[in-house]
Amino acid sequence: MAVKMEIPTALRQFAGKQASVEFNAATVGEALKQLTGTYADLRKHLYTDDGRIRSFVNIYLNDEDIRYLQKENTPTKDGDTISIVPSIAGGAKI
Amino acid sequence: MLIINSEIAQSIRGYGARDYPNETCGAMLGVDGAEGREVRALFPLTNRRDDSPRNRFSITAEDFRAAERAAKEQGLALVGWYHSHPDHPARPSEYDREHAWPWYSYVIVSVASGEPRDMTSWQLSDDRSAFQPEEITWAVPPGMIKR
Repeated sequence: MAVKMEIPTALRQFAGKQASVEFNAATVGEALKQLTGTYADLRKHLYTDDGRIRSFVNIYLNDEDIRYLQKENTPTKDGDTISIVPSIAGGAKI
Repeated sequence: MLIINSEIAQSIRGYGARDYPNETCGAMLGVDGAEGREVRALFPLTNRRDDSPRNRFSITAEDFRAAERAAKEQGLALVGWYHSHPDHPARPSEYDREHAWPWYSYVIVSVASGEPRDMTSWQLSDDRSAFQPEEITWAVPPGMIKR
């Protein structure tokens, strides 16, 4: 199943400067694995050291946040689009 | 290098003062060219952190998408983010670092007792280890003649 993955502008420098890439993947998790396997430098910006998706990184399948689907086990179908969207957070307190 | 004109800088300071003692936040829209990155417009956003808005800010994924759409409509790029540090220096915290991505410019304005003070800009290193200061060039707003 060919799925399109949209790369946010801020991370394109770690993905060959591409705005989107296509992978054959049956689940969102598989597509992410292929993405970070192909572009290893992306991994640390998407995942924590213990392998969890960073809390501020949101993964959408088409227009749905995968947290409300089956998370990384969410199945994909041909022509789906996966987007990586950050929530921006910060603040003064250490 | 980040180019900000005095009108936009004044707006960021104004939002910081307006939202004091809470943190203000928003997106910076602009152009990213060979001669530097220039902020052309701001897209103020609501701080979604209801639990600790005095020392935290949060911009949801939906707000991020709205900022991206606004940039596209204006023929600009989403080049960074601004937020305030109420009664705290304009330096990024560890929390800021943990929740950042490289490439973006992160502008921080300190607001002391309601008065906006220093404004700084930072970029996360590619290995996520630290924020590096980004030089700000203060420009004259379009339509104004520099004397």
